[in-house]
Parts: sequence; structure tokens; C-alpha cells
Amino acid sequence: MKRFNIKIWQLLLTIALLAIWIYSYIANTDITNSVVASGMRFGMPLALAAMVGIMCERSGVINIGIEGTMLLSGFTGFYIASWSKNIVVGLLVAILTGVLTSFVHAMMTIQWKMDQIIAGTIINILASGLTSFLYKEGSTIPNSWPIFDIPLLGRLPFIGHAFFTQQGPIQYLGLLLIPAIWVMMYKTRWGLRTRAVGENPGSADTAGVSVIKVRMINVMIGGAIGGLVGGFICLELVGSFSKEFTAGSGFTALALMIFGRWNPMGAFAAAILFGLAQALSTQLQIFGVTNIPNQFITMLPYVFTIVVLAVSAGKVRPPAAAGRSYEKEQA
Amino acid sequence: MKFKISRDALVPVASVLAALAIGAILIAAQGHSPLEVYKVLIVKGFQSTAGLQATLSKAGILIMSGLAITFGLRAGLFNIGAQGQVLSGALAFTYIGYRVHGLPIWIHLPFALLVGALFGALVGGFAGYLKATRGVHEVISTIMLNSIMAAVVDYLTQNQFRLKSQPNTRTPDILHSARLPHIFGFPTGFIVAVILAVVVGWIFRKSTVGFELDTVGKNRNAAWYAGISVKKSIVLGMLISGAIAGFTGGMFSAETTGYFVPAFYSGIGFDGITIALLGRANPIAIIPGAIFIGGMRSAQSAIQFQAGVSPDIINLLLALVLFFATAPLIAKMIKSNAKSITTTSGWGS
Amino acid sequence: MEALLRIENLSKSFPGVKANDDISIDVNKGEIVALLGENGAGKSTLVKSVFGLVKPDSGTITIKGEVIEPGDTAAAIRHGIGMVHQHFQLVPVMSVVENIILGDEPHKGAFVTKKAAREEVIALSKRYSLDVDPDAIVEDLPVGIQQRIEILKALRKDIDLLILDEPSAVLTPHEIDELLEVIRKLAASGVGILFITHKLHEVMAVADRVVVLRNGKLVGTTSPKETDEEGLAQMMVGRNVVLSVEKGPARVKEVALEIRELSVKDDRRLDAVTHFSLEVHAGEILGIAGVEGNGQRELVEAICGMRHRENGSVRVSGKDSPDMDPRGVHLMGVSHIPEDREKDGLVSSYSIADNLTLNQFNLKPFADKGVRNFAARDEYADRLVKEFDIRTPSFQNSASSLSGGNKQKVVVARELTQNAHVIVASQPTRGVDVGSIEFIHKQLISARDGGAAVLLVSAELDEILSLSDRIAVMFGGKIVAIIDGQGADRQYIGRLMAGLSE
Repeated sequence: MKRFNIKIWQLLLTIALLAIWIYSYIANTDITNSVVASGMRFGMPLALAAMVGIMCERSGVINIGIEGTMLLSGFTGFYIASWSKNIVVGLLVAILTGVLTSFVHAMMTIQWKMDQIIAGTIINILASGLTSFLYKEGSTIPNSWPIFDIPLLGRLPFIGHAFFTQQGPIQYLGLLLIPAIWVMMYKTRWGLRTRAVGENPGSADTAGVSVIKVRMINVMIGGAIGGLVGGFICLELVGSFSKEFTAGSGFTALALMIFGRWNPMGAFAAAILFGLAQALSTQLQIFGVTNIPNQFITMLPYVFTIVVLAVSAGKVRPPAAAGRSYEKEQA
Repeated sequence: MKFKISRDALVPVASVLAALAIGAILIAAQGHSPLEVYKVLIVKGFQSTAGLQATLSKAGILIMSGLAITFGLRAGLFNIGAQGQVLSGALAFTYIGYRVHGLPIWIHLPFALLVGALFGALVGGFAGYLKATRGVHEVISTIMLNSIMAAVVDYLTQNQFRLKSQPNTRTPDILHSARLPHIFGFPTGFIVAVILAVVVGWIFRKSTVGFELDTVGKNRNAAWYAGISVKKSIVLGMLISGAIAGFTGGMFSAETTGYFVPAFYSGIGFDGITIALLGRANPIAIIPGAIFIGGMRSAQSAIQFQAGVSPDIINLLLALVLFFATAPLIAKMIKSNAKSITTTSGWGS
Repeated sequence: MEALLRIENLSKSFPGVKANDDISIDVNKGEIVALLGENGAGKSTLVKSVFGLVKPDSGTITIKGEVIEPGDTAAAIRHGIGMVHQHFQLVPVMSVVENIILGDEPHKGAFVTKKAAREEVIALSKRYSLDVDPDAIVEDLPVGIQQRIEILKALRKDIDLLILDEPSAVLTPHEIDELLEVIRKLAASGVGILFITHKLHEVMAVADRVVVLRNGKLVGTTSPKETDEEGLAQMMVGRNVVLSVEKGPARVKEVALEIRELSVKDDRRLDAVTHFSLEVHAGEILGIAGVEGNGQRELVEAICGMRHRENGSVRVSGKDSPDMDPRGVHLMGVSHIPEDREKDGLVSSYSIADNLTLNQFNLKPFADKGVRNFAARDEYADRLVKEFDIRTPSFQNSASSLSGGNKQKVVVARELTQNAHVIVASQPTRGVDVGSIEFIHKQLISARDGGAAVLLVSAELDEILSLSDRIAVMFGGKIVAIIDGQGADRQYIGRLMAGLSE
């Protein structure tokens, strides 16, 4: 099927990266491991945010409100955790917030058939308005999620240290969740229906599959993942909430989704690649290898996003019905 | 594009009321008096002469940034990152404004504004070029360019363009020959903005170029069939949208700020989105919304001093207004048939 | 005997139209009922109500004595109704198996059992002798096969009633014969068939009973034994219709359109037209016959400058025409009636006046130095609305307010009043009522008599046969034969369309 139809240059890129990894692993295992591990830390939130996009777009809904979903759920997650002194409650509330936010998005796009780009924009503006107004300084959470090693996998040669040690639970959860979404999308009945709805809603409708239901549920599952990411960033990665902490990462995630051809594993690989680039530039900065002004370092992810889209956007095929609300054919 | 008064005009009004109601609940929940806050808004924004001046001056800027978004929307392009174009236009204007000496105002000011517009056009046009040739959706590219431009202007203001004698990071003052004079105390920028709105309105109503852009925005296939170059229109639409945004940045520097600090300009591009959507991408119909938002923005700081409420309440209120005005909740309630506005559907180039 | 399907007093309105008005029909077990009517008569709405895709305003639908919940496709499927849709409801990027099982997938827990699904599809295709490759990706298959998949989808459950909505529109005459054979076999096995068509000879060939709809109302029931094609046509249209077009002999002049070695690719970058050469003379109608999807669309778009020509040239009145420049080609005197008026030919939110000048808005007198002249546009629109009998209260109204036939008249009016040297007419009467068809045909003939070269592309073989002075048959992106229009043999052309040589 189409997903095996990988462009040769993508394959070459992968091989080149692997070669560099192996070379530097042999040359300096410790630094390599720490760069790869921090690449994972940078990449995982983006990979999960890209999953939000995939869940929505595979069922035919464009979601540019990922940014707002993460912002709102990071907000509620953090403050509830701070108030209840319990980060588990915080994370659950973050997920719930994600679901509710995406429910509003789903109502706008699926039920009211609004322009999907505008609907997502409204989610973003609402989230930014709400969180900035309700924001209060000085709150703290009792603890961050513990960082731990996975017993056996952590000792695997080569990949063990980078992937399975010194990470928080949500990081590991992501490693399970992303393949699970892939399996769901390509192996289950729900996945088949989701893809059918995203490609040709008419085909699903005439086969007795409710287009509205499939879309609503997928968008809300996406929202739950978005909530998880928001909570993840505020409760594990950063440990606090700050205004506009998403800083465009919801849009970067969409670019990674496109680069990964709407395939969960593809988007994951793209996000890790992105995270690695960021980790590498941070390392270079820390060790003073370069004296590039820090503004140009902060600019890198954005430049990277544009470059990624410029090489891939015109060549990949999005789900055919993405962006279009479903109207039953008349007469 | 027809904008029926009567019911369709009721939608924004009802949306404002609904937003104020929800805002009141949230303000009350924080232990403040909503009436107090709204009184400050009205008094500061619309009652005194000074308040009205500030409101109209701000409204002029917002009309222009609303026009930038509108221009794109009409060609089916959502220039969501106009903020980056505003910033680059503002800094370019400021540089010409303080660096070039010895020109009379009637040359210096227009020239500096032109350079500002040019730099806005470069950023917007680049996004248009990426869309036309590489299929990169402008929503993502302009948001990314936003952050890139923010970093670039930050770097320049801290280094090459910095006024070293001051402790805080800022550029030198713009020379008087590049400042916008007030006419009898009336904000000139507002007049310029209204003229610009009329010009943009005319372009879409009467000119063949406007018709081409409009056609591309409404049905790209039919546009191509009818002999209109879709790619050229996309680049042109983003180019002009960016130029207006850059011009807006320049005008704001010329009329209000007098020198460049990035934070001065925050929100201008994003308010433009709200304004354009409220006015359903009609260049003339965006004016009332811009005046309303201009009033809220100019009263924003007073809210914190006088009512003790976070000035971010304005962001929240505007977000609610936008939500109610674009989601068909209220429109259905008052049986308006106003079509909701659409941008391009899907990711396709 | 209790009827298999009983539709009683069914009504359905859409904004501005009463699509079905108090319709009652019975279909018995093993009976083939043809539902005949013009475009817009309400046939599709009726069967979509039966299948639950449309929720009727009033009336009941009963199958085997049980009332079906309205507007619920899943319920209709449960009650043993299958439907083959006019526009294929397939997912192009998925495999045949995935398409057939969609909606009721063989599964273990949440997982699709691929092997069982595949075996089921193979067994199904054997049982009805409808041959398909289960692993092929649908978009790679020809339309005839795609329709087979649609039929298999419908037959997968043990159905009692099969609805076919204009199933023959995209098939070759030979494929249509095969389809009719399948329908007969199914009926013989006891399945009731409700078969929508507007092709009279299919009705005569296969139907036990014919139900005719006109303007949403049931106007009569008859059978092929009681009537003939003329009679059916009269019932369908409500007046005497001339089934043939009157035209004088062609006065052929010099070559106006010359296509040399043209090669064009489709949207998926596959070869659609290869080394195509053709000459069309001023004063003749050259009809291109062929099953849709054999490169006609790409050919037309390449001629009109809308699609890149990989190779070869297109000359208009002896001069090379530009590639990828629709405006340039138009300025050389080429008019183009596009096959999809909604997608290409009209901007539906624009006024009729703007649509009538859609490709001349920038030319004098409609514009001068980049400024549009509305007075000139309105005067022109007013004239065309009258000349072409476009039924509308005002040319200021939006194009979306028009019926399909009137929309097409807007496109035809725009394209035929520009005194073009070459007229490329692609599916010029698709989805149009009989009155408008007659009108558009007359316009095309008078354009020919006025000295234009007309290139007619149509999937309706009857249209090609009745209008063309010469007929080129297109198959697989090439012309397989050019024959004289006078006395052309339908069966012979049908075989050529199917890619069979002789």
C-alpha cells in the first residue's frame, strides 16, 4: 500500500542519520546518548501533538487549534495540580480539558460546518484569552513526575540508554501510544472507517457508517491526546505554566504530520528528527562551539518547519476530504 | 459582497453583548465588579475627547491591519501571521525614520512608509511564493515567519539598531520629518486608514485585478478556466496583504510610538484577524468593529489601574466576541442568513 | 401477494424544489422495475429515501411488511436493501477488499481479520462471476471494474432489493450488456430490482415494469410490452419529443484546430493522452466518442491551455497556441464548454452577469485600463439572458439560484457568443433537462453552420451520433478510429470504445 511507497531521498536521509548516530555512538557514547535522549525529550511533545493532527485529519477535520488545546489543558492541568496538590488529578483534568476543547472544535467544524481553519483559529484565540486572563503568578505543583529507567530495556545496547532511561512516565507512555495509534489506524475496524471517512465520507455513509459520529469521536480522542501533551509539558517537562508556552509548537506539529505523510510512525520519526536538531543546536550553544546569537538559535525550529514543508508539502497527498464538512448529496 | 444591514448587522452587536455577559461572570468570579470594569471601558474609550482621540488613533491602526487580513481572505488566503509583517514593516520604517537625515517631511515620511510596506510585502510575499510554488499552506508558513521575524527584530534592536545611551533596549527616536502630524488634534492615521479602506473596497468592486483575486478566492478551478493565473494571484494577494501589514507597522510608529520596541506592536496583527472576520472580509464593514476594538484597546491599561482587573480581560472579551460572531449560534437565534466566511479548504496548494 | 418493497405517499422537499410529491410504488420479488425520468425529476431522491440517505418529509417505506426507520442507512442495510450509487462511493486509495468490507468488517475484537475478509471477497466474486483482483487499489482500476466493486458491495449481504442509480452512465455498450445480464440473473434468483435510468433502450431491454416520474410526481406506470421508446419519451417529458436532431450537410472549410503528437499526463502523473493527432475543420462537428476516463478530460484541458502538454503542439487557425495559458488560448479564438460546470465553468456565488463575462471581464467593452465597466456588462448580460432563454428574474441573481439546465445555458451562452474559431464542448448537456438539451444542440449546430470548428466530447453515444459530422473514437488516450458521422454503426463504435478492434 501507499505507506511503503517511501521516497528514496527520505530513505537516504534515514540511512545517513543512522550512520551518523552509529559513528558518534562509537566515537563518544556518553555525549551521543545524552543528545539522543534530549532529542527524545524535545521531540515527544511534538510527536504527540502531531498525533492530535493525525486523529483529526485522518477523519477529515483539519485542526489548527492544537495550539489552543494544549495551552488550555496545560493551564487547567497545572492549576488543578497546584490546588489539589496532586499531579495525577492535574493530568486527568488536563486530558478532560483537551476533550472539552476539542468538543467545541468538533461542534464548530462538524455540526455547524464552519470553515475549519477559522474554527481552529477561534480555539487558539479563545485559549490564549482565557489563560492569559485567568493566569496567576506564584503557583507551584507539589512535585514533577518522577524520572526513572525501564528495567530491562534500559540496558539494551545502542538504543537502551537513549530511549528507556531517565525519562518521565508520559515520555514512555508516548512510546506506547504512537505505535498504538498506528495499529488502530491500519489494523482495526475503527481505523478503516476513520480513513474511509477522511478520504470519501460518502463511501462510509452509504456503508452505514455514521460520518458525524466517526469524526466527532476521532476529534475528541485527538483532544484527549492534546490535553495529555499540554499536561505533559506543564507537569513533567517544564513543571510550570507560563503564558503562551506553546509558542507555535501546535503549528510545527502540523508540519511534522504533513512531513510524516499523515502516518503516526512517519510523524514520530519527523518529530524525533526535529527534536534531535534542537538538542544538537542546544548542545553546541552550551559548549560554546558556536557564538551564534541566541535569537538565531530560537529561530531554528521555525526555519526548520518551513524548510520541511517546502520540501514535502507539494509532494504528499493529504486525506482527500480533510477540510471539507460532509454534506449528504442532494436530489 | 453585500452586507445587509437589519438582521445581519445584529449578529456582531448580539455577539458583543453575549461576550460582555460571559466576561462579567468571569470578572465577578475573580472578585471584581464587572460594572466597574465596563464603566472604565466606556469612559476611557469613548467619552472624553482624549479618550476618543486615543480610540480613533488605535482604530486607524486596527482598520489597516484588518484590511491586511481582509485583502488576503478575499483571495482565499488566511494571513494569520500578519503580526510578523507588521513588525518587519515597523522596524524598517523606524530605521529609515531615524537614520535618513535632511529630508523634508513630504518626502521622508512617505518614503519611510513605503519602505515599511516593502518589508511587510517581502515577508508576506515569501509566504505567498512558498504556497504558489511549493504548496506550503500560508497558515503554517506565516505563523512560523511570525516567530522568525520576532527573533530578527529582537536581534536588530539589541544590536545594530540599538540606542546605546539608553539602559533599556530600544531604537533611537524617529525624526520629526518622519512623524505623522495631527490635524487639529484629530488622528491623521484614522483618516488614512479610512481612505485605504475605500481604496481596497474599490479594488474589489471595480478593478479587474480585484475581480481576479476574488475569483481565485471563490473558485480556483473556475479562475484558472477563465484565464486567471492562480499562482500569480496567490503571490500578489499575499504580497499586498503583507504590504498593508508593513504599512500598518510604519503608521503606528509614525503616529504613536516614535521609536521601536517590539512589545509596542504586540497584538496588532492578531486584532486584525478578529476585525476582518467580524466584518466578514468587507473592507468598509470592518470599520465599526475596528473602532470598537480600538476603544477597548486604548482603555486596556486604565482597566488595570482603575478597576484592578488584569488587562488580559480585553483579549478574552475579544475572543468571545469572535467566537459568537463566527459560530452560527447567535446568527441562528436571530435568524440571520449571513453566510459564514470561508478561507481555502484543505491543505492543497 | 405482499409486495417486497412498498413506498407509500412519499414526499420530500429541498429548499425551492419539491423533489418527490406523494409518490407510491411497489416492487415485487424478482421483478425489475425501471424508474424513468428526466434529470431533476426526483428519481435519485426517491431511491435515496429508500436507502436511508435522504430523510423524507412524509410517507412510509415498507419492506417485507416491516416499516423502515426513515433516514437511517444502517437500518436499510439491515433490512436487506443494497444500492449501487451513481457516483461511485469508493475510497480510491484503499484496496478492493477494504472497500467491499467497509461498514461490516470481518473482525476479531477490534481488529479486522484481513485473511477472512479476503477469502470472503474472493468467494463473493466467484459466486456472482464478477471478476476482481481483491488486492488492487481502487484508483488504479478502470471504471467498469470499479462499478463491479460497487455491485459486489451491494450483493455482499443477502439482499432482497437492489437499487441501481444510473449504473450505465460510465460503461461501454458491451459493459452495459453485461450489467443488464447480471440484473436479469439476480431478478431470476428472486431479488427485486429498482433501476434508475434515462436511457430508453435499456428500459426496453430489461424492465418488467416502468414507472415514470416528472417534476417530482409519478406520472404513469407502463411496461415495455405496452409501449415503445417514443411513447416512453413522451411520458417522461410530457410532450412529443423529436429524438433526432435536424441538421443540414456540413460545409467544411480549412483546418481550424490541429493537434500534433500531443501527450498529456493526468493528476496522478500517469499518461492520459499519448501521441494524439487530430484535425478539426471549420464548419464541422467532430465528436469524440469514448468511455469516460480514456483521456478525454486531459485532452480537452490541454487543448484549452489548462493542463501542461508534455509533448506535441496544438495549432489554432494555423498558429501555435500557448501551453498552460488558458487566457492566451482563449484570445486565439477558442471557446470551451467545460465538462464540470460547477467546478470549472461557474463561480456560483457570482451574479449571472459576472458569470456571463467570466473570461472576458478584462476585455473591452467590459473593462478599460483595469477598471470594470458594469453598464456594458449588464447590457450584454441582459441580451444573453433573453437570447438564450435563461430562466431567472434578474441577471443580478447569483448563479447558484439557477437550475442545472439554466446554469449550463449560462456557460453555453458565454462560450457561443464570442464568435470563436474553435469551440471545445465537453459533455455540453450533462445533467440538463430535455428542453435545454434540444436548445443546446441547436446552438452547437448553428455555431457549426456559422463556420466554427466544433470539437464535441461526450460520454452519451446518442449525442455523438446525432450531432457529429465525423466521429473519432478514443480509447486509452489514443484515437482508435475516425468514422463518418453519416450512418455510423452504434454497435461497431461500441466495440471500438471497449478497445476491441473489429
